[in-house]
Amino acid sequence: MNTEQSAPPDAPEPVADASLDRREFLAKCLAASPLVLTVIGVARSEAQNEKEKSYNPQEHYYGMGVDVSKCIGCGRCAEACKTENNVPREPFYFRTWVERYVITPQGETMVSSPNGGIEGFPSPVSEKGILRTFFVPKLCNHCANPPCVQVCPVGATFITQDGVVLVDKDYCIGCRYCIQACPYGARFLHPETGTAEKCTFCYHRVVQGKAPACVEVCPTGARIFGEVGARSSPLNRFMRFNEIQVLKPNLNTEPKVYYARLDGEVR
Amino acid sequence: MQEATGQFYSVLQQVTGYIYPNEAELQWGLLIVLYPYLTGLVAGAFILASLEKVFSVKEVEPTYRLALLTALAFLIVAPLPLLLHLGHPERSFEIFLTPNLRSAMAMFGFVYAWYLMVVLLLELWFDYRKDLVLWARQERGLYRWIHLVLTLGVTDLSERAVAFDGKAVRVITIVGIPSAFLLHGYVGFIFGSVKANPWWSSVLIPVVFLFSAIVSGIALVLILYLVASLVRQTLDMACLDKMASFLFYALVVDFSLEILDFLHRLYEAEESVKILAELISTRLFLSLVVLQALLGTVLPLVCLALVSPVFGSRGLVPIPAELRRLLYLGTAVLIQIGIFCTRWNVVIGGQLFSKSLRGLTVYKMQLLGLEGFFMSALLLLAPLALLYLFVKILPPWKESVVPLPLRQEGSGD
Repeated sequence: MNTEQSAPPDAPEPVADASLDRREFLAKCLAASPLVLTVIGVARSEAQNEKEKSYNPQEHYYGMGVDVSKCIGCGRCAEACKTENNVPREPFYFRTWVERYVITPQGETMVSSPNGGIEGFPSPVSEKGILRTFFVPKLCNHCANPPCVQVCPVGATFITQDGVVLVDKDYCIGCRYCIQACPYGARFLHPETGTAEKCTFCYHRVVQGKAPACVEVCPTGARIFGEVGARSSPLNRFMRFNEIQVLKPNLNTEPKVYYARLDGEVR
Repeated sequence: MQEATGQFYSVLQQVTGYIYPNEAELQWGLLIVLYPYLTGLVAGAFILASLEKVFSVKEVEPTYRLALLTALAFLIVAPLPLLLHLGHPERSFEIFLTPNLRSAMAMFGFVYAWYLMVVLLLELWFDYRKDLVLWARQERGLYRWIHLVLTLGVTDLSERAVAFDGKAVRVITIVGIPSAFLLHGYVGFIFGSVKANPWWSSVLIPVVFLFSAIVSGIALVLILYLVASLVRQTLDMACLDKMASFLFYALVVDFSLEILDFLHRLYEAEESVKILAELISTRLFLSLVVLQALLGTVLPLVCLALVSPVFGSRGLVPIPAELRRLLYLGTAVLIQIGIFCTRWNVVIGGQLFSKSLRGLTVYKMQLLGLEGFFMSALLLLAPLALLYLFVKILPPWKESVVPLPLRQEGSGD
């Protein structure tokens, strides 16, 4: 605005001058951009810190919805999880993974999850023919009645007020009882810290108002994260418009990962 | 870590069906097999000791103190495999300081401390006190001081004091029986209460653990008594026969419970029955069917039924005492192998199938390292070394009790 206003009285060739000024302006902008970006960055992180500081766990209660019919088995969720949470890269440690189910016309069910589905799934899908096939993302169910929390001898694993099951790695003694108690195979012992590990719903992101990494990267929106109770939340909407099932309901763990269109073969 | 992950890759090669990705690593290995095995021996040895004190089975008296010392030696070693197995052993004390009261495992510290302090040490002290005083009086040098210190300064040998010792021992034994049940029932509960695992989750598991513990404890003391008698050139055959009879009774109960558990699972045929059947017929065939059931239970049962004086005072097949001793020894060793396999089949077996109930994995035992074979062998030998030391300091034999009858012998022993 300033440059345009000052240009006409001083310059005999307004068009040329204006273009020069615009160039100058752009150059200056470019020169100033690191500073501006830094300021913006600081402001944003300040805002995030503020968000984190003002975060009140009592105001939230989280869960996750999984629309099985939307999962294409790309494994980006498992990949993003490993990156976001520094999960060991070896194919024995997963906070989340994707399973492929193939049910043959003979009624045989074949399940696989090569490297958690991170590199996708091999084809051909089945040599015995396919009755139906689908992918199922798995993760910690953040049970409302979690057996892992019950068995931890020192209380190192616990439920937060906002309904997330976490492990305090500075307190865990590494007895692995929680891993045994989890019916879903969602836990493992971190080979370096020697403590139990699991999905945290990306708690560090959630308290900043962001979605978990797996939800963020899912290209088909198969994972829906949010408030279980708030009627306006996407998760609540998902739960209103779909018939919901949870994994192994007979064990009374009261999972908070809600599946839509889940096949009876899934365990 | 490199070594471990390399091992998991080879595990993946041998997986049949589907296991959850996190299940490639078997969480509880050989060390955790040792834990219920060792505590079982403790509980069993104690129950044997209590036969004499509470149920007045006079024949087994020569093994009373040996059984108590055995229980103590094994109890001291029992928590070591647990400790070595922890990811953070240095934080283990948190179990005592900030236990999660809803956790079965958190009770370990209290159950263990109760059993060690209130039951075993106290009973041993009351039982040995009179002898400690007498030994200290007639000895010189190191032993004198050790025995003197062990009296804790209570050197009163009056009739009343000695009678009190005897009464105390009886009361502690009576408290000790439920405590021994608690100790090993609790270990069974650790496994039996894991609802995620259909192989473990059973109310019968603590009871089965208990009776297999009694079996293993009696068999162990029988072996130790026989070995000691070889060294000492003296043996009470009536005692040995009685022990063999009790071994038989305990084995019958134990086997019945195991069969009940098996039939119950088979008849209910829950969701898990297919994968468990596959588990038994493939991965656990040797350790469960052959070693635990046939060699570790059925064969000893038959042997004891024929030879020991359970049916008729001379047994169904009367054979000379020397041969009988040999058979008892062989039977007891077989039983030990069988019970070790029982623990193995529970702990390792329970982790060889996926919780998805769709596949089986394998356990690769290491030779070296904390979780390795040699470490476990060491932990199995450690209580025997401790026991040797205890026997040196506190001779459990009858001859060493009598030496100095100052006044009247009390009812203390």
